[in-house]
Amino acid sequence: MPSSERIAERFAACKAAGRPALVAYITAGDPSPGATEELALAMERGGADVLELGVPFSDPIADGPVIQRASDRALKAGARVARVLEIAAGIRKRSDIPIVLFSYLNPLLRYGFDKLCADARQAGVDGCLLTDLSVEEAGDTTETLRRHGLDTVFLAAPTSTERRLALVARHSTGFVYVVSRSGVTGEQDSVSGGVEELIASLRRHTALPLAVGFGISRREHVEAVGRYADGVVVGSAFMRLIERHGASPDLAARLEAFTRELSGQS
Amino acid sequence: MSKSTELPDERGHFGPYGGRYVPEILMAPLEELETAYTQAQRDPAFQAELKDLLANFAGRPTPLYEAKRLSANLGGARIFIKREDLLHTGAHKINNCLGQILLARRMGKRRIIAETGAGQHGVATATVCALFGLECVVYMGEEDMRRQRLNVFRMRLLGARVESVTSGSRTLKDAVSEAMRDWVSNISSTHYLLGSALGAHPYPMMVRDFHRCTGDEARGQILARTGRLPDTIFACVGGGSNAIGIFTAFIPDERVKLVGVEAGGRSLELGQHAARFAGGSPGVLQGAYSYLLQDDDGQVSLTHSVSAGLDYALIGPEHAWLHDQGRAEYVSASDADALQAAATLARTEGIIPALESSHAVAEALRRAPAANGEIFLINLSGRGDKDTDIYRENFPALDNPDAK
Repeated sequence: MPSSERIAERFAACKAAGRPALVAYITAGDPSPGATEELALAMERGGADVLELGVPFSDPIADGPVIQRASDRALKAGARVARVLEIAAGIRKRSDIPIVLFSYLNPLLRYGFDKLCADARQAGVDGCLLTDLSVEEAGDTTETLRRHGLDTVFLAAPTSTERRLALVARHSTGFVYVVSRSGVTGEQDSVSGGVEELIASLRRHTALPLAVGFGISRREHVEAVGRYADGVVVGSAFMRLIERHGASPDLAARLEAFTRELSGQS
Repeated sequence: MSKSTELPDERGHFGPYGGRYVPEILMAPLEELETAYTQAQRDPAFQAELKDLLANFAGRPTPLYEAKRLSANLGGARIFIKREDLLHTGAHKINNCLGQILLARRMGKRRIIAETGAGQHGVATATVCALFGLECVVYMGEEDMRRQRLNVFRMRLLGARVESVTSGSRTLKDAVSEAMRDWVSNISSTHYLLGSALGAHPYPMMVRDFHRCTGDEARGQILARTGRLPDTIFACVGGGSNAIGIFTAFIPDERVKLVGVEAGGRSLELGQHAARFAGGSPGVLQGAYSYLLQDDDGQVSLTHSVSAGLDYALIGPEHAWLHDQGRAEYVSASDADALQAAATLARTEGIIPALESSHAVAEALRRAPAANGEIFLINLSGRGDKDTDIYRENFPALDNPDAK
């Protein structure tokens, strides 16, 4: 399957099944680069529809403490960009789950962006989301990603003006990641109410699937957001579980069980 | 205020450098800030209020002092010193803080956040917040709080809350990340009063513009005193705000050599210094594309300098452009050179400089003997009171002058 269609087809399949796609984020290399492949597959068994594979970075300005600590552990464990691509390739050999590389720009620039895209595509990656790449700076980057058949996922935020939502929609393929609240990544008791309105505004600019992230950590959040969005993104809740049980032999089983709880699949 | 130079372009680029590399959440707030800044620049009332505060609160213009004993001792150059260290709060940082606090008020912000390395920007921010009765939170690396504890206390005395940052290297870079995280979480109430010519557009442009008074004044002063322009200008470069402040007025004067002095630290091995042009390569950190100290995986390197204010992995984007164009030259001075230069200036001219500024002094001292009749201009960006503890550690004999 051409990689850039995996994401579209998975969202379409979820829509046909009448449920939101569960987009599961995992920092590659936490607790160790060797562990991530099994953890990702466990999340898929629990009902994850799309995998966001996080490239660890030394200065993650958009992340709260949980993902900051996960990045630190992954870097200490040796999760360099090349190793993250090996992890992606390992997952791809055993699964058809869409994989989105989730990264800050600098490690990928340093790797060589064109080579990164070629190697990521070769590894079975389907798309890229670059946290600190604004659409204004994205020209060459987007072009390179598309030339290699990779989807370009951009963020829409509660602060985005109508003009910016149009820009984000125009630059995105695969899906749009809708940030639910102004803040950094991390769990919250409830999902910000304003996001439904943001989704409605964004729908006027694009027919792409819209996935909501930031602050989603429970089944009740998934159900609430799933009523108006095409997908939900869960990250910090998974990374907190990995942090707490990283050394435990049943980490994969715990992750699978938690994913099952979120996805509502039995 | 004089007109801005042509750069950056409308998207904040200095050649390939600068720009806006931030999460989407910050894009609209940065656009709003840029619009507010552009309007303020054209508003005579804003300019008049700023000018009044710079003169009557901060103490501008600052003197241009001819260091005759220093010049005579070294032989060669005729050395002038721009005394930004005499400004209220002890460093050039107050120029930018006054500009941005007026802007924050125009934008209706009630809460101000800032990062600080040496604490000079933190003190200046706490000062302007006290002046206008605004809430102030300053992020500072735990390591910097230890080595600049006098400034931590000054900020608290001025009513600011100082938040200790314990992530990463616990220095300036980590304080910037934490301030950015605070900003995205509190955008509607808060202005991020960034303290150097760093970060996403419009910060590098705006911070430069608020500091260009240093160079505008110095240019007039040196012409009046010597009848000509200086041959070489020296300024230390962390993010690069004081350097761009004095350079800007002289950039069109092609014969004037501009020398930025970075922190050479303990050695030029990665991790032991903060000399971006001596070991860095272009990359993205905290909103801007510029020269960055990074490893071969694109992770940002730890840096070291005896001076907390220069201890930062990225150089301001306009400096990257001036470097590539060959318009400015960038060198480094080691910890030891800076300490020695501070002692020399103290004993020859009765001026105890900040450790940051001592780096600029060190390079001027090095070049002076061979500079036959040339005019040197050093931007003395800050005074050394805050560094007393570090000077004591490094000159132990002065603490016990009677010990044998």
